[in-house]
Amino acid sequence: MRAATVVLGAGHAGLAMSRCLADRSIDHVVLERGEVANSWKTERWDSLHLLTPNWQSRLPGYGYQGDDPDGFRDMSETIRFIERYAEASGAPLRTHTTVTSVRPGGDGYEIVTDRGRWTARTVVIATGPCNIPIVPSLATGLPAGIEQVTPNNYRNPAQLPGGGVLVVGASATGIQLAEEIHLSGRPVILAVGEHIRLPRTYRGRDIKWWMDRVGVMDETLEDVDDVDRARQVPSLQLIGSEDRRTLDLNRLAELGVELVGRLVGLRDGRMMFAGSLANQAASSDLKMNRLLERIDEWVEANESAGALGTPERFASTRVPASPRLTLALETGEIRSVVWATGFRPDHSWLDVPVFDRKARIRHAGGVVTDAPGLYVTGLPFLRRRKSSFIDGAADDARELSAHLAGYLANWRRMAS
Amino acid sequence: METMTKPVDNGVNVAALLEAREALTEMPEAAKFTWRATSEWVSGTHSRSSIQKFFGLGEEQSHRATFEFDTDHPEIFASEDHGPTPVEMVLVGLAGCLSAGIAAVAQNREIQLRSVKATLEAGMDIQGILGIDRDVRNGFDGVRVTYEIDADATPEDIRAVVAQSQKRSAVYDIMTNPTNVIVEVA
Repeated sequence: MRAATVVLGAGHAGLAMSRCLADRSIDHVVLERGEVANSWKTERWDSLHLLTPNWQSRLPGYGYQGDDPDGFRDMSETIRFIERYAEASGAPLRTHTTVTSVRPGGDGYEIVTDRGRWTARTVVIATGPCNIPIVPSLATGLPAGIEQVTPNNYRNPAQLPGGGVLVVGASATGIQLAEEIHLSGRPVILAVGEHIRLPRTYRGRDIKWWMDRVGVMDETLEDVDDVDRARQVPSLQLIGSEDRRTLDLNRLAELGVELVGRLVGLRDGRMMFAGSLANQAASSDLKMNRLLERIDEWVEANESAGALGTPERFASTRVPASPRLTLALETGEIRSVVWATGFRPDHSWLDVPVFDRKARIRHAGGVVTDAPGLYVTGLPFLRRRKSSFIDGAADDARELSAHLAGYLANWRRMAS
Repeated sequence: METMTKPVDNGVNVAALLEAREALTEMPEAAKFTWRATSEWVSGTHSRSSIQKFFGLGEEQSHRATFEFDTDHPEIFASEDHGPTPVEMVLVGLAGCLSAGIAAVAQNREIQLRSVKATLEAGMDIQGILGIDRDVRNGFDGVRVTYEIDADATPEDIRAVVAQSQKRSAVYDIMTNPTNVIVEVA
């Protein structure tokens, strides 16, 4: 089987790319290991809502039509949203097709799947950044009696044993799970490393509205001095909820969650936490205040935007005077550990030498280095800050599909 | 009105640091350093340590001179006080590391420093080292560093520099995270 372009993955990024390829009349297929929106269907917890308001999921030729633009989609709504997009754009889908290898072949690439082989001059990797949960290696040293859960197989607190829970990681996933698990009656200790604190609303608007409005989300690779760093920024401490509540470390501490430093070791049956919690919290407060200042400056410079609330500064993060540094496991104080320690992509099927020393695909804004015709999309800060968000797929897909079309046209010119 | 701005100079060659960062990203092996010290016991609690050679950038390196440090205990410990206690040397290391970081970060952010003063305090219950109470740890029960900084920057920007210097500090990392230590008899 053959196509000019094979797109791997039928999530929002792959579908946005498919739509842009269709607009350019580029013959293509979208291969998907499961069904449309597969990760959303199979790897998310029950209570999860998107962190972005409904209006802020603008895909090429598709946007929010409902009557609750400021609400946050739950998982079933998110899945339906993406499914409807696949239908509306008539994406040429091949679902339940697992790719086992992509390698140079034919006049471009050979794509081996469990349902036959494809050849294509161009391949777009849209399999997402969150395929494999990152779990620190010390996890293997935990006693068998302690249950371990990762966010892709966590559903709700009821699946955890009773008793204390250590949640490791305080970005979006960690703070959300810490809250609901603690409220389920299981006392939570939260290990906090680098994190980004944000209020849900500021000056009467959603923080995501502000980040979009003042241009944060549209910042490009040229706008940041350290691209590598920008690509590794942790997810924002936010929760999408009907009451639009802010969920930060202060809120969690008020609920009774115990804050400790980053988990850094396991020795003699004791988990060890870094003594750097105070600086992690202070750094995060400073970063939050810089964003709020930027918003205030924007309001001052844009009087025509109308009345937009009043400036506000939030209480500093209150860190315990001496957070505990160790946790003895034999005491039974915790019965389970939730690893909210991030994800990495799975590119194990990609048999093209395009990886850097940390096994990341080398690329310039999604154009894979030293592999003509190979593209990757949907990764953090691929081309701009919003690249990994649903709302970021449109601009990236438009630009990458333009590059891809140019590559195909050039190839045809050379061939004729 | 025109103003003359003097270039920011904290005595840090940021260009060289950034160049090294770039070069070492390409050659991660060269980034592997080994720091060394030798020490000889003198008498009682008095030891003399010296520092000269280290390994880095793929080869043996050397300080301009051999630096010597005496460590001892004060007279209230029935010692002769030929030098600071080893735990005080740890504070020296932390202050030196954080302040160097502050200078580098400030330079990179084009903030002129005029003075940077640190006061360090570390609590310790010596029931630990004396073996009086097994539940008391030997080491510090906490460390507090207070900076007084005079610089051409807002208080918020100064706090951000201090936060970043902690994030990039080796000694801060050594003190806040566990490290495997092996002590052998040759």
